[in-house]
Amino acid sequence: MLSGALLLGSSFLASTVEMVEALTIVLAVGLTHNWRTALLGVVAALIALAVVVGVLGPSLVHWVPLDALRVFIGALLVIFGLQWLRKAILRASGLKATHDEEAIFEREVAGLSGAPVKAGAVEWTGFVVSFKGVFLEGLEVAFIVLTFGTNAGRFDLAAAGALLAFVLVASVGAIVHRPLTKVPENAIKFTVGLALVSFGTFWGGEGIGVDWTLGEATLLLLAAIYGLAAWGFVSALRRSTERRVLPVMGGASE
Amino acid sequence: MRYIVGFGRFWYDFIVGDSAVLALGGVAVLLVGWGLARADYAMLAEFVLPALVLGTLAVSLRFR
Repeated sequence: MLSGALLLGSSFLASTVEMVEALTIVLAVGLTHNWRTALLGVVAALIALAVVVGVLGPSLVHWVPLDALRVFIGALLVIFGLQWLRKAILRASGLKATHDEEAIFEREVAGLSGAPVKAGAVEWTGFVVSFKGVFLEGLEVAFIVLTFGTNAGRFDLAAAGALLAFVLVASVGAIVHRPLTKVPENAIKFTVGLALVSFGTFWGGEGIGVDWTLGEATLLLLAAIYGLAAWGFVSALRRSTERRVLPVMGGASE
Repeated sequence: MRYIVGFGRFWYDFIVGDSAVLALGGVAVLLVGWGLARADYAMLAEFVLPALVLGTLAVSLRFR
């Protein structure tokens, strides 16, 4: 029950972040080329992703022993989660620029503006950009759905989280026709990073033979410990950045 | 050849990203945990695993 709710929430949040990034690229193609090209790229990428999940999902479940799978997936989730968490910590402490959908959108539009466009016709360049954007961002979603679904034996919940995110982001994108700059992407990445690392530690541990004393409640404890530590890292990095900046400012005013 | 290189680069970026410490650390954490579980110290692994995960994150932030 507990891991089910966490699984659904994590899948939803992770998918939302990736889909917001994909939407930015699709919008850039739709506005600079035409919507037919952009949407064909999206449909082709979704079919390719469905094939990847359809082929890999059942193969993983039927051919790989669960403990081996848990160790492998646990390691991947820890690595993947730590990457998200590290980026979120560096952004929260001001050491890395925050993800700016507006800037990415402008860059994509500028890059695509030079290509010749025929009204209503499918443009190859725009199709490839749209396909690549959705496929690459979607692969991360597919990875999360596959790993969570396989380990927890709940593909339905993992897929439902991703589907909810898709419906939400696609609906908002269709209405506003602008990049979703108001989404608190760093806060979401922080949360998802914590969830991935917690699940990775938990499942990886189970795979190598650790019988967690608190059972599923360990997930909450791990998330709390990692969350506190991440908050401590942000504070420490902020302090060290301020210490470096202050003498420079003092020197400049003399 | 171009596609093989591109495929390899995709997986490298996907797993290693911009910090090799995290990739190596993630694997090392579970290897140490596995060693502890094998040596009948599974209980100890409950504390060691999260500590090593945090250690890996700290090192990757220190040497960014």
